[in-house]
Amino acid sequence: MTQQKYKWNDTPFKGPMARARGLGSAHDGLHHWKAQKLTAVANIPLVLWGVWSAMTLAATGASIETVYGFFHQPVNAILMILFIVSVFYHMALGLQVVIEDYVHSCKKPMLLMLVKLGTTALALASIFSVLKIAL
Amino acid sequence: MASSLPPRPLSPHLQIWRWTMNMALSIFHRVSGVGLSVGTLMLVWMLVAAATDEESYKCFLDFATSWVGQVCLFGWTAALYYHLCSGVRHLIMDTGAMITIPATQKAGFVIFVVSIALTLSTWGCLKYFY
Repeated sequence: MTQQKYKWNDTPFKGPMARARGLGSAHDGLHHWKAQKLTAVANIPLVLWGVWSAMTLAATGASIETVYGFFHQPVNAILMILFIVSVFYHMALGLQVVIEDYVHSCKKPMLLMLVKLGTTALALASIFSVLKIAL
Repeated sequence: MASSLPPRPLSPHLQIWRWTMNMALSIFHRVSGVGLSVGTLMLVWMLVAAATDEESYKCFLDFATSWVGQVCLFGWTAALYYHLCSGVRHLIMDTGAMITIPATQKAGFVIFVVSIALTLSTWGCLKYFY
């Protein structure tokens, strides 16, 4: 792709490195999208495994002993932690876009912080719980 | 700043436009995504309760098996399958394929049918084996 001709591209206000990167004043254009796609791909098998596991647990009554037995299997604990990381990261990215699209008041930065801190806290609480049950 | 000015005229929103397939797919994708975020709190509740003690876990289990909990779980499953199918369409569109209107019509039909079928068969299996 050829670099689009902007009138400020050839002014001394822009350094050669900035001109080569071509990202403009946003400094970053692709990280959010790439992370969302990466977690989306990871979520496909993880979510199918999660639904299958929830069904097998529910089919046996989902007693606490069954849940402990389930997470004592390393493969289940590992997959559950991967599920939590991928799903909560994907969730944080998605909710961030929803807030950016609809909230334009002074609440916006607060909500964005709430989403980031909240999803991190919930993910951490879930991972800690899985580890406590599994170990 | 803006509050001293009269409100600016807005362009017509959702209630004006005729529903189209691409619009419905996009709106449901976003709505199901937000719904899934809320519904995932139940998973956190389950894990934290199971790690705490038997009594807390029983409290979760009582809610999950109550009719309110079952409706929540059913909605969560439906939103999950829809978001999954629609998300796969987004991944396909990222390669540049399936971005025409006729392809969208067909894909949308498939997405709705498959997500409803998956939801019903999941709950059918669950109720049959439980």
